[in-house]
Amino acid sequence: MTSPDRPASASLDAADISRFEALGEDWWNPKGPMQALHKFNPVRIAYIRDQICAQMGRDWRQPLPLEGIRILDIGCGGGVLSEPLARLGADVTGIDPAPGNVDIAARHAAKSALPVTYLATTAEDLAAAMQSYDVVLAMEVVEHVRNPAAFIKTACALVAPDGLFFAATLNRTLKSFALAIIGAEYVLRWVARGTHQWEKFLTPRELERMIARGGIDIFDEAGVSFNPLRDVWTLSKDTSVNYMLAGKKLARDV
Amino acid sequence: MQKTSENFDVVIGGGGIVGLTLAVALKSALGRGASVLVCDPDIARPDGNVWRATAIAAGPRKMLQTLGVWDALADIQPITKMLCTDSRLADPIRPVFLRFEPPRPGEYFAHMVFNAQVRDALKIRAVALGVDVRELSIADFTADADKTDVTLTDAARLSARLLVAADGVNSKLRDKARIRINRRDYDQAGIVATIAHERPHDGTAEEHFLPDGPFAILPLTHNRSSIVWSDKRPNVANLLARDDADFMDELTRRFSLRFGDFNVLDRPTSFPLRMQYARDYVARRFALIGDSAHVIHPIAGQGLNLGLKDAAVLAEMIVDQMRLGLDPGTSAVLTAYQRARRFDALSMGAAADSMYRLFSNDILPVRLIRDLGLGLVDRAPPLKNLLIKEASALLGSVPALLRGDAL
Repeated sequence: MTSPDRPASASLDAADISRFEALGEDWWNPKGPMQALHKFNPVRIAYIRDQICAQMGRDWRQPLPLEGIRILDIGCGGGVLSEPLARLGADVTGIDPAPGNVDIAARHAAKSALPVTYLATTAEDLAAAMQSYDVVLAMEVVEHVRNPAAFIKTACALVAPDGLFFAATLNRTLKSFALAIIGAEYVLRWVARGTHQWEKFLTPRELERMIARGGIDIFDEAGVSFNPLRDVWTLSKDTSVNYMLAGKKLARDV
Repeated sequence: MQKTSENFDVVIGGGGIVGLTLAVALKSALGRGASVLVCDPDIARPDGNVWRATAIAAGPRKMLQTLGVWDALADIQPITKMLCTDSRLADPIRPVFLRFEPPRPGEYFAHMVFNAQVRDALKIRAVALGVDVRELSIADFTADADKTDVTLTDAARLSARLLVAADGVNSKLRDKARIRINRRDYDQAGIVATIAHERPHDGTAEEHFLPDGPFAILPLTHNRSSIVWSDKRPNVANLLARDDADFMDELTRRFSLRFGDFNVLDRPTSFPLRMQYARDYVARRFALIGDSAHVIHPIAGQGLNLGLKDAAVLAEMIVDQMRLGLDPGTSAVLTAYQRARRFDALSMGAAADSMYRLFSNDILPVRLIRDLGLGLVDRAPPLKNLLIKEASALLGSVPALLRGDAL
């Protein structure tokens, strides 16, 4: 699966990487193939912002509420999550194994003179270089890696002491099969067919166990539900399809 | 985040009350988190008519209070009562068919304020909050996927993530955005004038539905009233062409006797009445607010209030979006804004239009039915309360600013 210009990693799935890299400029088209991600973006940004503000004593109503916080966005793609967090003041590093994605992301940020660091690298390489961040994000990525346990362990290692870790993914339930695979890929055509493989999905318990083994104490779990009438995603208690986890690095494990 | 001075989040073309309210609402909530530019070639020029006054409904008033503008106004006259009559000009007595008392003690239907004072207070607040205000027009603009490139009349070029047109009825920006309008001219024109009178008005607003058009008397501070006199267009042209004594005679036939002696403080001016809607309120990275989006018959006194509601809704949407670090000019935001505002403006315009159709005639059966109807409304408190609420622009899903909450 390695090519000369592509970082190698045990945890990555080559087919998934190519599929996302092929999106090119369409990453930023709110009505293009990533429409579903753009609609999902506000609810996950709000979750990350609010949890960080609550944990670090900030007020999300103030300008630049995340000023000075070092955030690592793993699997940043075209920068759809990295860029808004940078606009909120965070010092964001976005990494993606696909150089094409990183190019798109960097070009888009440069257009508005937004300082985001984008690197075509992997979590494994950053961990090997002993990097650490105040906040590490693994949003909608674990379902695309080959070895989630190894990936999560590496991602957790990148969290600084007392730092925060966020993960978002899809649950492995009959409902998620019906909605995320049949519904989103075949009926509604929200996302391209083959975007997700249901058998790769993790239940919240499975993911929590992996995260706990990385020395992270989970303090919040939230479901994300789609409201078809209002055409928006909102936080809910229902974790049976999409869910997000937030945890804090235990200082004693460092 | 650092940005060069010439990249703006929001550029507003038009520094009238609605455009400035949007700018102040955005900067109040977002502070240094947003850059806002207001362009208006007349921004430094004082208003032509300092007496021009408007009724501000409860919701917009709460917003102006929250934004720190209301308390800076020197003259605020609450409307404590409203009464409507339906009569012919020659009728010696005008029976009152609708009488509105405030919904709760201490609450008012609306407050009469002078437009020039509101605009001056908004200007001062905008500058204090760091809104960039320039005495220039927008010469041209071109939108692409990420921004709109704007050229000003001094040839300065800048970029905006969202361009908002608040440049009035004959919006040039709307034309440049190739948004077409639907327009219907009424056979009436309106005369506005300010009157000083001997006896107090007790805060009562009167609207007399005369066959040639409604005649409204709206209370101002210190024994003064603002009149909005709608009449057939030829009559209006005629009236304004005649000498002052003739004009006063005609005014005396219409003006309430209860005020005693009176005189006109300013030069009466007229404006054609029309109903006009932009076919779209939004285009790529572009939104219309206020009169550039909608003009309605002044019979219900809701024109400016509709515009202020546009500003409240758009401000809340932009603030929500920018507090997530998201782009304020995306199609998602603009579509939601249009959905939120177009129906409200259309229904308010339709209501004003049906009032115009219902009252601006002298057909006996129609008069009987409408008086019966108004009499019924007067005896049915829930219906009347609904009308009051509607008149206060408080119905429907209420934006935070119109509830008096900060964003």
